[in-house]
Amino acid sequence: MAIHPPQSRVWWNEPVAKGELVWIAIAFVWGLIMFFMMIYWHYYGKQNLSSEVGRVDLAVYEQKVIDFTDAYTVREEGDTGVPVVKPPVGGDAYMLARTFEWWPILELEKGKTYRLHLSSVDLQHGFSLQPTNINIQVHPGLEHVVTVTPTEVGSFGVICNEYCGLGHHVMTGRIYVVEPGQGG
Amino acid sequence: MANTAVGTGVIGTLATKFRTCPATGLQVDLAAQRLIKANAVAAVVFLAIGGLFGLMVALTRWPAVHLLSSDMFYLVLTAHGLDVLLLWIIFFEMAVLYFASAVILSSRIAAPRWGWVAFALMVVGGVMTNVAVLQGDSSVMFTSYPPLQAQPHFYLGLILFAVGALIGCFIFLGTLVIAKEEKTYEGSIPLVTFGALTACIIAVFTIASGAIILIPTFLWSVGYISNIDTLTYKLVWWAMGHSSQQINVSAHVAIWYLIAAVTVGAKPLSEKVSRTAFLMYILFLQLASAHHLLVEPGLSSEWKIVNTSYMMYLAVMGSMIHGMTVPGSIEAAQRKNGFTRGVFEWLRKAPWSNPAFSGMFLSLVMFGFLGGISGVVLGTEQLNIMMHNTLYVPGHFHGTVVAGTTLAFMAVTYLVVPLIFQREIIWPKLAKWQPYLFGLGVAGISLFMMGAGTLGVSRRHWDNAFTDALLPYNYPDVASLMMGLNGLSAIMAATGGALYVVIVVGSILFGKKVDATNAVSALGPMPKKVVQEAVSKYGSAGTWHLPGTYVLVAIFFGSFVLYYFVNWKYLSELWPMQ
Amino acid sequence: MVENAGTEQSAAPAERIPFMQRLLDNPFLLLFLGVVIPTVIYILWGVMEIAQIPLMK
Repeated sequence: MAIHPPQSRVWWNEPVAKGELVWIAIAFVWGLIMFFMMIYWHYYGKQNLSSEVGRVDLAVYEQKVIDFTDAYTVREEGDTGVPVVKPPVGGDAYMLARTFEWWPILELEKGKTYRLHLSSVDLQHGFSLQPTNINIQVHPGLEHVVTVTPTEVGSFGVICNEYCGLGHHVMTGRIYVVEPGQGG
Repeated sequence: MANTAVGTGVIGTLATKFRTCPATGLQVDLAAQRLIKANAVAAVVFLAIGGLFGLMVALTRWPAVHLLSSDMFYLVLTAHGLDVLLLWIIFFEMAVLYFASAVILSSRIAAPRWGWVAFALMVVGGVMTNVAVLQGDSSVMFTSYPPLQAQPHFYLGLILFAVGALIGCFIFLGTLVIAKEEKTYEGSIPLVTFGALTACIIAVFTIASGAIILIPTFLWSVGYISNIDTLTYKLVWWAMGHSSQQINVSAHVAIWYLIAAVTVGAKPLSEKVSRTAFLMYILFLQLASAHHLLVEPGLSSEWKIVNTSYMMYLAVMGSMIHGMTVPGSIEAAQRKNGFTRGVFEWLRKAPWSNPAFSGMFLSLVMFGFLGGISGVVLGTEQLNIMMHNTLYVPGHFHGTVVAGTTLAFMAVTYLVVPLIFQREIIWPKLAKWQPYLFGLGVAGISLFMMGAGTLGVSRRHWDNAFTDALLPYNYPDVASLMMGLNGLSAIMAATGGALYVVIVVGSILFGKKVDATNAVSALGPMPKKVVQEAVSKYGSAGTWHLPGTYVLVAIFFGSFVLYYFVNWKYLSELWPMQ
Repeated sequence: MVENAGTEQSAAPAERIPFMQRLLDNPFLLLFLGVVIPTVIYILWGVMEIAQIPLMK
């Protein structure tokens, strides 16, 4: 039994039954398939997280986002005072995480590719784009550039899904996606 | 201790008091027995507290109930993670380590005084961190990612607890050395002890990582260090946070083998295969700490793929092997017990009314289907982006740590109480239902949280409705349904958990004493022939005709492959990213 | 870690214990491997990558 020492002194040379060997082989090959699937996707898949990242001073990043917002704001969102910013098509877009908001609101065009910059100026936050369900961790001091191409039109919620303090559940933002040439 | 035969064994120059276990014939060192009791009791206390917190969390996330205020919710959630994920599990694992070394090897335990030092450190540390959390200034979640900062005694408590646990690991290793030198067994250590050794080795790495990161974090919280790098913290913290769950996996797999051996007389199909599977754990399981860093900026895809795949899924292969050899050994033993008809008579006639067996088998099935498959999917580099920090994550680990580990620990308790506490289980009829009640509840928790996570619902979040948010957002309606069902499942699981606590505490205090006359019957219902032929001899290769096990693993493998590729299909529909 | 298969020899002419069994019977060698492998592949490699994150232009 499993609570007694092995019966034979040299158990390593005991034969292993065929059924067990077959299962081990299946498990091994399946492991290889899953391993190479991730590598395959880097070459042939379209959803791979960007590895473009750099260290940035918190204040410097904040200023970048302010400059970006000043340059491309198209309107304010209702009476919230949050600017809606339409970055140049195919260009850089910035979003800043801080307790407890994602700032500013972005307006992107469907089918166009943007370089979305993400960083935080205080704690760690979780960029969670809904209902698309894209989730990316955001660190203070690390500027992450994600190249992204929206494929559907609509209003998308940005939720914080990394706990960031007692106001965590009110930390939201928004991304609008419009047909090319519209909005603004 | 009145009914116990106590003998004094003189080993070397040390006199140790032993008793002979009437059920198994093992020599039980009384010093080890006392340590096992203390650690098991502490574990159950923290399970009761942490489980209650868990129920409160689930009831708060149920939109129709929304029990706690937001401040209390984050506080209680922090305490829930701490008490059940760390304290219940590690205290119980200390008991398992002492049991698997001293008791199973019939050896004296190494340095029992240090065992009490370890226990004291763990209790003081655990209580200290709990106090920090309950004081309200340390609602930083179990992960305590900087720059979010807790009170210094939050970290200090964790450090003390870790040091205590590390001492416990060395006592286990020391006991192995003593048993070998004093020749209390012949040949290699039993498989269960080898599984415990696997757990111990992973624990050493886990605890060392915890110390490496928590000590500077503690110094940072008192102001001696100005800055903790957020990404480095996360990397090293998860070497503790995730690996500690790998201790669980190793420990509960060892317990599966233990319970299968005691309740149906199962013998490993092949020592070589089962031990090699454990070796895969020792070498590669800890790498999976990378599961938590797959959508992090600043780590390369090469690092992510090598680590998240536990080195080409060799550790998953280990789990898949155990997933076959455990039911396979049960089938072989049951066929030996005379249940040979058809493909599944062995399973139908298994001792389902014995809570140790039913808990073990439910743990095995749910760990594989709920926790295992979802864990591999969640830990696939690209797929993780659809699930990171959603409720899918707690859905997954309630399948591993609760349905897998906690249920296995509960199951083995039904053997530990008669064997170590020497008491019969009170209310055996209720005990019979306990694993089912708890297991079904946990299965619901796991499934419904994974369902909500697939819909994007965030974990660790007080308000699914975003009532006070400047820019509100609505989850799909069915998400509320999922959270309601999760709440109901949590009530069921909590009922099963409370039943466990009451039965165990009641048995220890009021259970009939166990002696030679009732030693075997106290272990619960078992297949008839087992008792006589417990250590029957049969080679693994000779008895290999296990159609039932083949069918079970085929179903498992089919579900695994299907679910894996369904998720790639979902991913391919996501916004393209480069 | 010095004592290996040799200590357990009985009087009967013993079959030599295979390397893998000796490895699996040696808790401290296993402990060494189980700590070193994740420390190198997971922690050290990871920390090196974090240290090499460039400054943002």
